[in-house]
Amino acid sequence: MSSSTGPSEPNHVLEFPGGYTRSVGPVIGRFLSELRDGRLVGVRTAGGRVLVPPSEHDPDTGEDVTGEFVGVGPAGTVTTWSWVPRPAKEHPLDRPFAWALIRPDGADTALLHALDLGVFEEGAQPPKFLKTGMRVRPRWRPERTGGIGDIECFQPEVTLINAPTRLEYELRGGKALRRFLEGIAEGRILGHRCPVCEQVIVPMKGLCPRDGVPTIEEVELPDTGTVTTFAVNNIPDPRAPEVPFVSAYVLLDGAGLTMLTLVAGVPADQVRMGMRVRAAWRPREEWDRSMNNIRWFEPLDEPDVPFDEIKDYL
Amino acid sequence: MGDRCAIIGVGQTAYRTRRLDVSMPGLLREAARRALDDAGLTWKDIDAVVVGKAPDLFEGVMMPETFLADALGAAGKPLMRVHTAGSVGGSTAIVAAGLIQGGVHDRVLTVAWEKQSESNATWALTVNSPFTTSLVVGAGGYFAPHIRAYMRRAGAPDHIGTLVAVKDRRNALRNEYAHLKIPGISREMVESTPMLWEPIRYLETCPSSDGACAMVLASEDAAKRAPSRPAWVHGTSMRSEPMMFAGRDSVSPQGGKDAAADVYRQAGITDPRSELDCAEVYVPFSWYEPMWLENLGFCGENEGWKLTEAGATAMDGDIPWNPSGGVLSSNPIGASGMIRFAEAALQVRGQAGDHQVDGARRALGHAYGGGAQFFAMWIVGSDKP
Repeated sequence: MSSSTGPSEPNHVLEFPGGYTRSVGPVIGRFLSELRDGRLVGVRTAGGRVLVPPSEHDPDTGEDVTGEFVGVGPAGTVTTWSWVPRPAKEHPLDRPFAWALIRPDGADTALLHALDLGVFEEGAQPPKFLKTGMRVRPRWRPERTGGIGDIECFQPEVTLINAPTRLEYELRGGKALRRFLEGIAEGRILGHRCPVCEQVIVPMKGLCPRDGVPTIEEVELPDTGTVTTFAVNNIPDPRAPEVPFVSAYVLLDGAGLTMLTLVAGVPADQVRMGMRVRAAWRPREEWDRSMNNIRWFEPLDEPDVPFDEIKDYL
Repeated sequence: MGDRCAIIGVGQTAYRTRRLDVSMPGLLREAARRALDDAGLTWKDIDAVVVGKAPDLFEGVMMPETFLADALGAAGKPLMRVHTAGSVGGSTAIVAAGLIQGGVHDRVLTVAWEKQSESNATWALTVNSPFTTSLVVGAGGYFAPHIRAYMRRAGAPDHIGTLVAVKDRRNALRNEYAHLKIPGISREMVESTPMLWEPIRYLETCPSSDGACAMVLASEDAAKRAPSRPAWVHGTSMRSEPMMFAGRDSVSPQGGKDAAADVYRQAGITDPRSELDCAEVYVPFSWYEPMWLENLGFCGENEGWKLTEAGATAMDGDIPWNPSGGVLSSNPIGASGMIRFAEAALQVRGQAGDHQVDGARRALGHAYGGGAQFFAMWIVGSDKP
C-alpha cells in the first residue's frame, strides 16, 4: 500500500542473512509458547498484579516476578487508541486501522496491538464506535509460530448480526380487484353499490366492510372528485413525483368513501380541503391493468366544495 | 366481569434508541424479572405467559414465542401471543387479565416489547402490494390527513399540537425510563422543527425506541401475598373496525367511543374527567391528545383542544394525561400500549416516582392501533372494584 506521506523508496538494504536470533528466557518464552497454543497469559508480581505482556521483573519495584502464570483474556478492553487513516507498507493491515492499548480481562496492564474495525476507504475518519472502553478480542492466525504476530490483530466483539430476509410472493388481487383493474385498463373507474347502505365502494372489494354483505352491482364513476383531507409529505418516496408531495383522500363524485391518491400539478401549499380534482391519466398506450394508469389527481377549474358537504366523509 | 384481577408487579426497561447490549430475549427478561421482583415472585410461580409485539415486518420476527418460551420461563406452561398492531400492548394485558378474571390462572406474566432498532417501522408501514391504490409513507403519512380534518372540524388553532409536545416531553423529564428527554423543551423549539407530514412537525412525533414492559397479574387470593399494594382492574374493553368503509369517522372512530363507553360502564364511571385522576393515553402524534379527549368522552365534540389549551391535561391540571411522558417520549411500538396500562397501574399504586399524580386512585390506560381501528382500554383503581 503506497503512502502519500511516507518515506521514499530505499536505495540501499542491509539485512543479516537468516535474521538475528533472540533467546527469550523463561518468562517471555512462556508467554510466546502460550501464544503459539492460542492462549494469552500474564505473570503475577509479588504485589499481586498481573503483567501482560509479562516481563521478568516488576517494573514498579525491580523485584523478580513470581513464577505464577495467569490465563487472561482473550477478550479485553481498549484503554486508548490512535487511528491510522493511511497505513504504510510495514503496517500489519492494509486498510485504515487503529493502534490500541488493550487490557485483557484479568490483567492489570495493557498490550499494544492493531485493531481492525472493518473496511474503510484510505484516509477515512475514525468510526464513531471506536472508543476507549470498547470490547475487543484477538483474531488468531491459523498457523502460529510463537510471536506476538500469532495474533493477527484484535477486532470488536460481536454485538450485532445481520439476518437477511426475503419473501417471494405470487400475489393475486382477488375477483373484485381484478375487475376494478380491468376497468382501469380501459380508462374506467368501477365501484360496487352495497345493497344495504346503497353507498358506492371504490375500489370495490366484493363486500361492504360496514354491512358485511357481498356486493355485485357495478357502478361506473367519473374520474372527478373532491379532496376531503390531505397530508403534505416532506419525506421522499420513489412513487412520488417530488418532495414535498401531497397524499390526499379524494371523494370521487358519486362514491360513498374516499380513495387515497397523489394530488399534483399544483404547488403543495395550494392544495385545499374541498378542492375539485380530476384524474391525470397516462397516455393510453402506456395503460395496463394497474392503478399506475392514473398518474395522480390534478385541480379542476371549479369552485371549492363547501366544508359542510365533505364533513361526513372525513 | 368475572373474578377480581390485581396488578401485583410492573417492570420496565429503560427506553432507548438502541439496546445493542441485549438480545431480544434479554430485553424481555430484563422487564419480566423486574415485574417478578416487584411481585415478590420467581419464574416458577407463574401459571401462564401472554406476550405481544408489533407486526412481524417491524422487526422481521415471526412467531417470537418459539424462541421466547424458555426465556420467559414458559416451558411446560401456556404461552400465547396477541396481535393487534399498535394497540397490541394494551390488548395483550387484557388477554392476560381475562385469564385471571375467568378463573383459569392465579398468576399470569404478560410482556410486550419492540426492538425498533432492528428494523425501520416507517419502511414496514410503507411497503405495499402491487394492487394497492394508496400511497402512505409511514404512520405519520397515514395520520396527518386525519389530524388536518380534526383541526378543521374542531376549529382548533395551529399551536395546540405544540402544547401537547411540550407538555409530554416536560413530563418525561421526571420519568427515569423515558427515552426522549429534552431539557428546556419549549414551544419555540417544537415550532422550529420541520414539518415531516404537514400538519405534523418533527417534534410532534414519537421517537423510535427499544424497550419492553411487563406485568404480573394475579387473582384476589394470590394478590394477598403480594409484597406491595396492588392495582385492581375495574374494567377492560377492546373494539375493532375496518380501516375503510362508507360513513366511517376516521377522526373520532366509533370503535374508540364504544370501547370507552364499555369500560366506563364496567367501572361505574359517568364523567371520566372528574372521576378519573389521570390517564395514560396512546398519543403518538401530539394532535391525538385533543382528538382522543373527545373520542374518550372527556369533553364534548370539538372541545378537546380547549382542554389542552387550558392546561387541564398538564401535571397540575385537573386531569393529567400522560404523566410518564407518553408515547411522544418513549415508543417501542409493540410495548407502547402496555406501558400506558402499566403506568396507569403504577399511578394508583402510588409507585410512579417523580411523575406520580398525588393521591391518584383511579386511572385509565389506553391503546390504539392500525388505521385507528383497534382499541384497548382498562381502568385500574387503588381499591377493589
